[in-house]
Amino acid sequence: MQTRRRWEILVEAAIESLIRLCGVSAILFVFGIFFFVFREGAGFLFSGFNAREFFTSPEWYPTSQSHVRYGVLALIAGTASVTALAMAIAVPFGVGAAIFVSEFCGPRWKEALKITIELLAAIPSVVWGFIGLTVMNPLIMWGFGVPIGLTVLNGGVVLALMSVPIIVSIGEDAIRAVPDSYREAALALGVTRWQLVYRVLLPAAKNGLLAAVLLGVGRAAGETMAVLMATGHAVKIPTSVMDSVRTLTATIAAELGEAPVHSEHYQVLFIIGILLFSITFVVNLTADLVVRGIKRR
Amino acid sequence: MFKATPLTRRKAYAERAAQAVFLAMTLTMVVPLVVIVAYLFVQAWPILSLDFLLTVPTHGMRAGGIWSPLLGTLYLVALSLVVATPIGVLAAVFLNEYARESWVTRVINLAVVNLAGVPSIVHALFGLGAFVLFAHMGKSILAASLTLAIMTLPVIIASTKEALSSVPMAFREACWNVGATRWQTIWHVVLPNSISGILTGVILQVSRAAGETAPIMFTGAVFYKAIPEGTLFAYGLFDQCMALSMHLFTISTQVPDLPKALPYGAAVVLLGVVLIVNALAIVLRIHLRSRKKW
Repeated sequence: MQTRRRWEILVEAAIESLIRLCGVSAILFVFGIFFFVFREGAGFLFSGFNAREFFTSPEWYPTSQSHVRYGVLALIAGTASVTALAMAIAVPFGVGAAIFVSEFCGPRWKEALKITIELLAAIPSVVWGFIGLTVMNPLIMWGFGVPIGLTVLNGGVVLALMSVPIIVSIGEDAIRAVPDSYREAALALGVTRWQLVYRVLLPAAKNGLLAAVLLGVGRAAGETMAVLMATGHAVKIPTSVMDSVRTLTATIAAELGEAPVHSEHYQVLFIIGILLFSITFVVNLTADLVVRGIKRR
Repeated sequence: MFKATPLTRRKAYAERAAQAVFLAMTLTMVVPLVVIVAYLFVQAWPILSLDFLLTVPTHGMRAGGIWSPLLGTLYLVALSLVVATPIGVLAAVFLNEYARESWVTRVINLAVVNLAGVPSIVHALFGLGAFVLFAHMGKSILAASLTLAIMTLPVIIASTKEALSSVPMAFREACWNVGATRWQTIWHVVLPNSISGILTGVILQVSRAAGETAPIMFTGAVFYKAIPEGTLFAYGLFDQCMALSMHLFTISTQVPDLPKALPYGAAVVLLGVVLIVNALAIVLRIHLRSRKKW
C-alpha cells in the first residue's frame, strides 16, 4: 500500500485550516460590522450624550448654524409608519397568496407563480424607488387630489410590494411543513379546503407565518433606496398617510455625503446605523428563534 | 344515492368562493408588477438601442448612453463575486462537512442569518469605516466590491450549504470506504455533485449585487466619471466608478431637465440585467435538476 507523501498531508492540513477560518468568517464579519460602525460613531456617544433627548426629541437639525439638535423621534416615527403600513398591506395579501400557492393552486400554475414571485423579489430597491417616483407619485396625486405624492402611502405601498415575496415564500414553506397526517385527518372528517386552511393549517403553521412576517418587517425597516426616493424629505412625525416623512435609513443615505468626515453630524449618522443594526438584529434573532421552535416540534 | 344534499352544495359553493378570494389576493400582487414593468418598458422604448448601451453619458448626463455605469457595475459585481464565492463555499463546506452539531455551528448559523438581515445602508457605513478609512483604500472599486462581497456572502453560504446537504451520504461513505481523506472526498465527489446548487446561488447574488445602490454609494461609486469608450479596461482597481444602480438614482433625483425617456431607459436596462440573470439561474436550476443521477 502506498503511503501519502508528507507534502500531501501538509497541504490537506493547510486547506482544512483555511476552511475552518472561512467557517467562522461570518461571525467575524458580524462583529466587524458592529465594531467599525461603532468606531466611527463613538465620539458622539462619549461627548455629552443625552439619551433621553436623542430618542424622544423630534427635532432633527444637524446643520443648524445656531442651535444643533439631534432628536431622532421623527425619524423613528417615519420608519415605523412606513413599515406599519407596508405590513398592513403585505401580510394579508402575502399570507393569502401563500395559502393559494400551497393549497388551491393547480400544479401547472404553481411553478409559474413561484417563478413570478421570485422575479418580483429580484427587482432592485432603486428600481422600486424609481417606480415610487414616476408611477405611484402621479397616481396618488391624481387619485387623491393631493399636491405631493411622495408620502407614507407611496412608501408603504412600494415596501409592501417588496416584502410580499419574502412573506409568500417563507409562509408557503411553513404551510407545506404542516404534517400530512393533519390534512388527512381533517379530510377524513369531511372538511372543505377553506375549513382545512382556516381551522387546521393556519393554527398549525402560525409559528412559521409569524417568522415570515418578522422577516418581512426586518426587510421593510432596513430598506433604504426605495424609501429615500418615495417618501419625500420632511423630517416630522406623520399625522396621516398623506404626509411626507423621512426614515432612519433615508436620513443616513441623504446626509452622509455632505457631513464632513469625523464631524459630530457624521458620528451621529453612524450611531443611527448602530440603532438600525440593533433593531434588525433583534427582529432576525426573534424570527430565528421562532423558526427553531417549529423545527424542534 | 349520491344526490347532492343542500349541505354538500353549500360546501362546494364556499370552497369555490374561497378559491376565488385567494386567487384574487395573489393576482393583486402579481398583476401590478406586470403592468408596471410594461409601463416602464413602453416609456423607455424611444431611447433603447445598442448605441444607448455603448456610449457614455454626455451633456451633464442629459444625453448619450450608459456605457460607463454599465461597465462599472460589471467590474463591481465580478470583483465582489471573486471574493465572496470562495469564502462562502468554503464556509458552507465547513458547516456541512467538517463541523459537528454544537454551539459553534449554532452561533455561526445565527451570524449568517443576521449578516443576511443587515440593512444595506449599514453595509455602506461598514464599508466606509473599514475599507475606505481604516484600510486606507479610499473610495475605490476595491472598497465597493469588498463591501458588496460581504453583503452577498450569507446567501452564498446558505445556498451552498443546501446544495452540499442534498448530496447523499452514501457518496461520501463510498469514498471513505476506499480510503479517501475528507478533503479528497469533498473536492472530487461532493463539490462536483453540488455544483448546480452552488452556481444557482452565486448567479442569484450577481443580480443582487448589480442592483444594490446604498453599499456602493459611499465606498466607490460616483456621480460622474469620464472614461474612454470602446474598451473593457477603462477602470483601475483604485479608481472610482459609475454604476448602473447609482446612475439611475442620480439621474432620477439630482439631474433636472432630462429627456423623458432617459431615466426609464436606465431603469429598464438595470431591470433587464437583473431579470435576465435571474431567469438564467432559474433555467439552470431546472435543467440541472433534471440531469441529477440520483
